[in-house]
Amino acid sequence: MPTNPIFSAKNVSMHFGHGKKLVKAVDDVTFDIADGEIISIVGGSGCGKSVLAKVMLGLYKQTSGEFKYHGNDITNQRDHWNDVQSVFQDPFSCFNQFFTIRAQLKDAFGILKTKLTKEEIDQRVDRALLAVNVTPADIEGKYPFELSGGQMQRMLLARIFALRPKVLLADEPTSMVDACVRANILDYLMKLKQELGMTIVFVTHDIGLAYYVSDRIFIMHEGKIVESGVPDEVALNPKSPVTIQLIDDIPEIHKEWIKR
Amino acid sequence: MKLLRNLLKSPMFVIGAVLFFGTILFAIFAPFFIDLKTAMDRVGGQYLEPSGSFWLGTDDLGRDYVKLLLQGLRSSLYVGFLAGVLATTVGTLVGIYGGFKGGIIDDILNMFTNLFIVIPSFVVLILVSASLEQGRSLTIIALLIGATTWPWTARSVRAQASSLKSRDHISLARINGANTLQIIYKHILPYLASYVFMVFIMQVASGILSESAISMIGLGPMDNVSLGVILNQAKNAGALGDGIWWGIFPASIIITVIVFALFLINNSMEGVFNPRLRK
Repeated sequence: MPTNPIFSAKNVSMHFGHGKKLVKAVDDVTFDIADGEIISIVGGSGCGKSVLAKVMLGLYKQTSGEFKYHGNDITNQRDHWNDVQSVFQDPFSCFNQFFTIRAQLKDAFGILKTKLTKEEIDQRVDRALLAVNVTPADIEGKYPFELSGGQMQRMLLARIFALRPKVLLADEPTSMVDACVRANILDYLMKLKQELGMTIVFVTHDIGLAYYVSDRIFIMHEGKIVESGVPDEVALNPKSPVTIQLIDDIPEIHKEWIKR
Repeated sequence: MKLLRNLLKSPMFVIGAVLFFGTILFAIFAPFFIDLKTAMDRVGGQYLEPSGSFWLGTDDLGRDYVKLLLQGLRSSLYVGFLAGVLATTVGTLVGIYGGFKGGIIDDILNMFTNLFIVIPSFVVLILVSASLEQGRSLTIIALLIGATTWPWTARSVRAQASSLKSRDHISLARINGANTLQIIYKHILPYLASYVFMVFIMQVASGILSESAISMIGLGPMDNVSLGVILNQAKNAGALGDGIWWGIFPASIIITVIVFALFLINNSMEGVFNPRLRK
């Protein structure tokens, strides 16, 4: 366990509904994340990883347990979001279809405490767009519904590159882009990480991606963290059946698709 | 703009809009050519048949029906719009606030909304109108109608707002630092605008109908003529039994046409805003 963690969760649970309809999305998880670490939370659909990310983002308040950022509770959301930003899972529903993409990227600067001039904002948006392989002229005057899923996902990442937060919670950030762009984006994220000492939490179902990029991997299943550790340990010597299943399910080029 | 073009492709919308805006323009501009100051004056004999000088005849007090109907049309539209604006505003505010806030506030507002829905509004309208013997004016009737019809707006707007609330673009707006007011104004209202507008149109139509109904049974405004009041007076003077068709038909037809036009507009908009309904 790292000393002086940036995030520290102690018996955190997040429940929705009550009575018979009670859903334990996150169930009694405990972990620490060190400053500058890259963590991947891996799990199948509905295992509670996205909800956990939203608790870390401060959008949801945990039902029980303690969740600390730099040793403090998240009381002021605006302060929290100045440092901690997120890429959401579904790029199609992330933008308001009544405003242009560029206007919405610029809106994001409202959360920063350091106020920038208009020129600075424009510059940073342009640079961020180039970082995700989009020329600024391409999206000039465009509305969200005019872009493809992959492009929108890149816009969400551009937003992060423009804001340059201290912590990034990325929920399936590259699920809709092709392999080439994915490599580019990951490269740029790593560069940004070096430059800013950014802490990154990936939320993904792709244990392969997690293996390559992260310092530590948390495996989640039914709201609980069932296994955690460095990638080599988790991927090469898995202990939990959930992990074994996840690794087993990675499609390989030469593997028979249907086991006989 | 694309929306407008789509709307104009629908014959239903075109017919409805032409009828409705034609009526409104007529109500606004006709008084420049027809002097309404003399609308309540006796100008001829009782129940004169339609003729060259009185196009739609005269009523039991010898008043010119053309002028009465024009005055009545203006009153009915006024009541419809005032009731519609009131019901839509109150309903939208309650609905958005409840749907967006959620939790206990939502529950309480929802309870009130349902409470108001189950109270038969027409009965309330009759009781309150009947108890207001003095000073029953057009405005008061419009406010009464608005105050009893807002729950329908509130309920549907609440459903929409609460489904929007959990969408990612709202979360994104929040982590962009937008406050609640900005979120409602920039990220919820635009999505609801078409919907609210459709509800507004229905509220105007039902406002006009309610006013006509309440006036028809003799509980209408005392200070003015409305289409319902004309029908009430014709009924009281026995126009129905005496075969005085020009006392009954024109007012009924005008009410029918306005409400029909509004229904057409509403129906065609539903087809455009909700493409799944398009055939």
